[in-house]
Amino acid sequence: MSETLNREGLLEAYRTMRTIREFEERVHNDFATGEIPGFVHLYAGEEASATGVCMHLRGEDYIASTHRGHGHCIAKGVDPVGMMAEIWGRATGTCKGKGGSMHIADLGVGMLGANGIVGGGGPLICGTALASKLRGDKTVGVCFFGDGASNQGTIFEAMNLATVWNLPAIFVAENNGYAEATSSTFSVACDNIADRASAFGMPGVIVDGFDFFAVHEAAGEAIRRAREGGGPTLIEMKLSRYYGHFEGDQQTYRADGEVQKLRETKDCLMQFRKRVTANGEITNEQLDAIDAEIRSLIDGSVAKAKADPKPGAADLMTDVYVSY
Amino acid sequence: MARKITYQQAINEALDQEMGRDKTVIVMGEDNAGGAGSPGEDDAWGGVLGVTKGLYHKHPGRVLDTPISESGFIGAAVGAACNGMRPVAELMFVDFMGVCFDQIFNQAAKFKYMFGGKAETPVVIRTMYGAGFRAAAQHSQCLYNIFTHIPGLKVVVPSNPYDAKGLLIQSIRDNDPVIFMEHKVLYTMEGEVPEELYTVPFGEAAVVREGGDVTIVAIGRMVGFAQEAAASLQKQGIHCEIIDPRTTSPLDEDTILESVENTGRLVVVDESNPRCSMASDIAGIVAQKAFGALKAPIEQVTAPHVPVPFSDALEDLYIPNAAAIEAAVKRVKEYR
Repeated sequence: MSETLNREGLLEAYRTMRTIREFEERVHNDFATGEIPGFVHLYAGEEASATGVCMHLRGEDYIASTHRGHGHCIAKGVDPVGMMAEIWGRATGTCKGKGGSMHIADLGVGMLGANGIVGGGGPLICGTALASKLRGDKTVGVCFFGDGASNQGTIFEAMNLATVWNLPAIFVAENNGYAEATSSTFSVACDNIADRASAFGMPGVIVDGFDFFAVHEAAGEAIRRAREGGGPTLIEMKLSRYYGHFEGDQQTYRADGEVQKLRETKDCLMQFRKRVTANGEITNEQLDAIDAEIRSLIDGSVAKAKADPKPGAADLMTDVYVSY
Repeated sequence: MARKITYQQAINEALDQEMGRDKTVIVMGEDNAGGAGSPGEDDAWGGVLGVTKGLYHKHPGRVLDTPISESGFIGAAVGAACNGMRPVAELMFVDFMGVCFDQIFNQAAKFKYMFGGKAETPVVIRTMYGAGFRAAAQHSQCLYNIFTHIPGLKVVVPSNPYDAKGLLIQSIRDNDPVIFMEHKVLYTMEGEVPEELYTVPFGEAAVVREGGDVTIVAIGRMVGFAQEAAASLQKQGIHCEIIDPRTTSPLDEDTILESVENTGRLVVVDESNPRCSMASDIAGIVAQKAFGALKAPIEQVTAPHVPVPFSDALEDLYIPNAAAIEAAVKRVKEYR
């Protein structure tokens, strides 16, 4: 709840969510011009989840992410300027232009990578959490995954292993309602992904993923328990994405006006602003100032990405262990 | 020196000594201790064939039994490697790669490149391969060629106890993902192995036998068969040079090419199925890079292109043997 966050904490939360939103809206617009190569999957709409979880994490804690990973990256502290350059395929990108949107990683800040394989992160986060446990340093690992990945065997295996080894791991299922174009009401056999937690001997929690404060509270409890050796938790965030599975997706599988209604009634930034300004804790002017600052940051990141060089031929063969 | 131990003991000793030297080295896999949570012994098996036996009590808390959940624990080994550990995960039989390959080839192998050089993944995946146990189609394959195809993996195929120990120590110390292939039939092979720690470098083939007539490149268990064939051929006046690549990735092309430049004749022996195999790869490299030296077509001695059969009558036909190698050497030697 907000009482656990002081004013600086609230401003930080807003800043992170706004950075993700601005980043994603900007990628959305620039992708439409045809200048950004490849596939991008946008996180807009889901900001409260990454932000509310990652605010409890330290640099040494790890997260594993998904193909929809920009928000997790930003929330875990990856530099948005480097990320933008990466998405534009520049040598100055977070991964020197070799990873792209689906593989942004920065192990230096505990970000084990967006992941092009649905469900790929579950086993990996068991590994970082195993290392945490063996060292006894009270660090944790958080695996973000979607409703699509919730049906992958790797996620089942990872949740089972996490309980068997009593790992400091947190499984965050971001149920945005669609695995690509298929509804989770069709593809997930039980009512809630969180219902599966009992099958793996861990607590399962359902959270309104549009509500930053609900996310922050649930994640805080799970992460605290994991740090203290209490084992894993599965948290299901009920939320939605504002854009398609990938940019260019016409989303004909969605209801008319579905996203517009969510934006108007549920939007995490809107709810957050309403709540923190209602009691005068924070003023609208302060939040507006953050908005302007972030817009300038993202504008700058795009301008820099456009101007930065692409990798050269010599970069093709580096960073691989065996060359022929 | 003169101390002789088995291939299996050499692997156990390498693990033991490296775990003693470096606390970040951990061992995990199905029944690697054996008996976790059971009412009986807590180090009941030490791996299905006992390769890790005894490590559990010598290194408390660092030999981890896992559920039968290869994606889960192979991936966990990869994740732990990204977070400061040096895990040695056992994929019991290489045939089980099918249920965890994503974690190996899409995750571990690609991190360093995908992440712009910022990730180290010092994980070793030990795995049993090879026919000869009457274990049939799903427990007998030689799949090192598939791993070799993937950029970002190093692939190690020791043919004797000395190399097994030195290459495993090198694998553990290496900062990249290594697939360490152990031929199950070789576990009982004895050889001289130093008691102290030593490494055998990757990408350096061993010239097992010198000779000027025909080059034989043999991998893993096939090295022994090549030696058998070469001894017989020697008596018939044909002098074979045997090269054991020891690692298929990186592959020591230079040693192979130098030998063929000298002999002009090549037989490649590979227990795998023939298509897209190490045999075809090595033959291709030599055809491309030493074409002018060749005096005869390259011969490939491989398993046939069928799954590994169960019946001993069929499995014995399936596995390449010394007689097949001898015949191939004679064909290239007599080619006009």
